[in-house]
Amino acid sequence: MAATRALVRGVRLGSYSIGRSRSLIFNSVQRRGIAACVDPSIGLTDEQKEFQKVAFDFAANEMAPHMAEWDQKEMFPVEAMRKAAQLGFGGIYVNPDVGGSGLSRLDTSIIFEALSTGCVSTTAYISIHNMCAWMIDTFGNNEQREKFCPDLCSMQKFASYCLTEPGSGSDAASLLTSAKLQGDHYILNGTKAFISGGGDTDVYVVMCRTGGKGPKGISCLVVEKGTPGLSFGKKEKKVGWNSQPTRAVIFEDCAVPVTNLLGAEGEGFNIAMKGLNGGRINIASCSLGAAHASVLLARDHMCVRKQFGETLSNSQFLQFKLAEMATKLVASRLLVRQAAVALQEGRPDAVSLCSMAKLFVTDECFSVSVYTLILLKSLVTNPCCLCHPCPIFRCQNYCFLPSIKLSGGRGAAFCSLCHE
Amino acid sequence: MSARVLVGVKRVIDYAVKIRVKPDHTGVVTDGVKHSMNPFCEIAVEEAVKLKEKKLVKEVVAVSCGPQQVQETIRTALAMGADRGIHVEVSGKDYETLGPLQVSKILAALAKKEQADLIILGKQAIDDDCNQTGQMTAALLDWPQGTFASEVNIEADKLKVVREVDGGLETIKIKLPAVVTADLRLNTPRYATLPNIMKAKKKKIANVKPADLGVDVSSRLEVLKVDEPPQRQGGVKVETVNDLVRKLKEAGRI
Repeated sequence: MAATRALVRGVRLGSYSIGRSRSLIFNSVQRRGIAACVDPSIGLTDEQKEFQKVAFDFAANEMAPHMAEWDQKEMFPVEAMRKAAQLGFGGIYVNPDVGGSGLSRLDTSIIFEALSTGCVSTTAYISIHNMCAWMIDTFGNNEQREKFCPDLCSMQKFASYCLTEPGSGSDAASLLTSAKLQGDHYILNGTKAFISGGGDTDVYVVMCRTGGKGPKGISCLVVEKGTPGLSFGKKEKKVGWNSQPTRAVIFEDCAVPVTNLLGAEGEGFNIAMKGLNGGRINIASCSLGAAHASVLLARDHMCVRKQFGETLSNSQFLQFKLAEMATKLVASRLLVRQAAVALQEGRPDAVSLCSMAKLFVTDECFSVSVYTLILLKSLVTNPCCLCHPCPIFRCQNYCFLPSIKLSGGRGAAFCSLCHE
Repeated sequence: MSARVLVGVKRVIDYAVKIRVKPDHTGVVTDGVKHSMNPFCEIAVEEAVKLKEKKLVKEVVAVSCGPQQVQETIRTALAMGADRGIHVEVSGKDYETLGPLQVSKILAALAKKEQADLIILGKQAIDDDCNQTGQMTAALLDWPQGTFASEVNIEADKLKVVREVDGGLETIKIKLPAVVTADLRLNTPRYATLPNIMKAKKKKIANVKPADLGVDVSSRLEVLKVDEPPQRQGGVKVETVNDLVRKLKEAGRI
C-alpha cells in the first residue's frame, strides 16, 4: 500500500507537465525503468548496472521506435540485431576467444530483461540465438567453435534451435527425425515444427535420432542453410510476435557431414536440455522486461486518465491492483535472478529453479500485461489517442506473452519438476 | 599529437525522473533517486574519445567531483573509452554547496597538475543549468574558450570551433591549450559495448582531495528556498477585444 502511494504521489507532482509532453513520457519511461520499488537495478553490481544501462538505451533508441513496424510488416530486423551484436549481445555467455562476451547467466538475464522493454519478440529471438551459440561453444570441438561461433556472435549468421516436432512437444525424447550414418555423412529425414527464425536463419542446431528409442538415442547436429535436402514450410501466421518468422524445418535425405556432430552420439538430449535451462531463464527474463514496461505504462496512464471526475490513480481498487502488479514483477525478478545464479554456480537445484522460473514468471508477467491492456483500453477506443501508437502496440506485444508461455517447453518444464 | 584531454563529468539526477522538492524546501530529493551522467557530459566524453580515435590526442582523463557514488559516473566514462579517471572527493555539506566556481578551481588545478592541453566539458548540467563551469575554468587558467561547440577540429596547434549562438553559427579559431564546452549537436554519444564495460573495470581511478590541490570548496552562496514552479492556472475566455484590453489592464500587464 505504501509502495503504491509512493509510486503514485511521486508522479502526481509532475502531472502538470504530463499533458504537455505525453509522448516524451511514454518514450522515456521505457528508458531507465524509473520507479523506486520496481527499479530493476536494485541489488546489482556497478558493472551489471552498466550492462543494464546499455541494454535499456539500446532498447529505447533502436528497438522501441520500430517495434510496431516490425510486427505489422512481419520483418526480421536483421540490421537492428546486428547493431546489438556489435555491442556484444550476439553471444553474451559465449567464450571471448570465439567472439563472445563471456558474461555470467545473471548478467545475461539482466540484459535480456532490459532489451525486451524495446521489443519482446525480437529479444526472445536474440535469446534463442544466444542459446544456440552457447551450445556450439560448450559442446563443440575447436574446429566447430571456430567455424560457427565468431559469425554467430557478430550475427553475420543467425541460428535456430530445432527440437520440437509435430509428434513430440512435451515428450521431446520421443522425437522421430532420423539421422543414419552413411560414410562420412549423416542422412537426415524428418520434420521439425514451429522453429523460431526458421527459413531466415543460417545455422540450425538439430536434435535427431542416431540410435535407439528414448533420450540416449538422440544426437545433436549442426545443419547449415543451403544444404541440399533442407527445406522449410510456409511461414506460420501468428498473432503478434511477428518480428521472428516461425516455420517448419523439413529434412529429406539431407546429408550433413559427421564433422557437424556436437559432442558424441547419444549426447544430444543432454545438450538440448542444458541449452534449454539457460533458454528458460532468458525467456523468463524477456517476460520480466515486458511486465516492467507494462507496470510503468499502467502507472502513468492511471495518473492521466480521468473517469468519474477523478484520475484513475485515486481509485483504491486500482491502487491495490497496481501494487499487486508491482509485487508480481519483483517476485518474478527475484526468482529469475536466483535461477540464473544457481545455473552459473552449477548448483544441484539449478534445473528445477530454471523450470520454476519459466513457469511462474511467464504466468505472472502475462497477467500483469493483460491487466495493463485492460487499463489502457481507453486509449484504443479514444480516436485521438491512436496517434500515439507506441503504448498500445507495446502493450499488445507484451500481451502476446502466451507465446512466451508456450516457448521453452511449458509441459516439459512441468515434467522435469515432477521428476524432482 | 601528444595532447592530454581532461573531461569533466557530473553525476546528476536522471533526466527521466520526476523531481520532487524536499518537504523542508531546502532542495530536491536525491536519496534513492536514479542518477546518471549529465547528457552534455556524455557528449563531451564522446568528443574526447573521438579525438583519441583520430589520434589527435594521446590520453583522455575523466574527472568528477563528489562523494563515493560519482565513481559510477567515472566508470561510465571509462566504458565509453576514457583511459583513466580522477575522483575528487567532496562529500556531505561541502557537496551540497558545491558550485561552478569551486569545480572550476578544482579543474584548473588538475589541468596544471596533469599538464592537460584541452579541457572538454558539457555546456551545462541539467540539475542546476548554470552554464558557468567551462567559462570560469578558462578564466582561471587564462585559456581561450570555445563554448556551445557544435563542431570541433584540431588544426596544428589551433582549435577550430563552430559555436551555436543566438544569431546562428559562429566559427572561431583558438590556440591550444583551451577549454571547450559541448552543445547538443556536437555528436551522438556511443553505446558502451559489453567488452568495453568489462575492460573499464581494470582502468584506474585516482582519488584526490580538494585540499591536495590547494582548493577551498566552501561556498559563498547560500540557498534560501527551493520551490516547485507555480501550478498553471486556467485562463479566462473573453467576448470582445475591449474586454481583453480591459482585463489585461486590470492584471497590470499593459
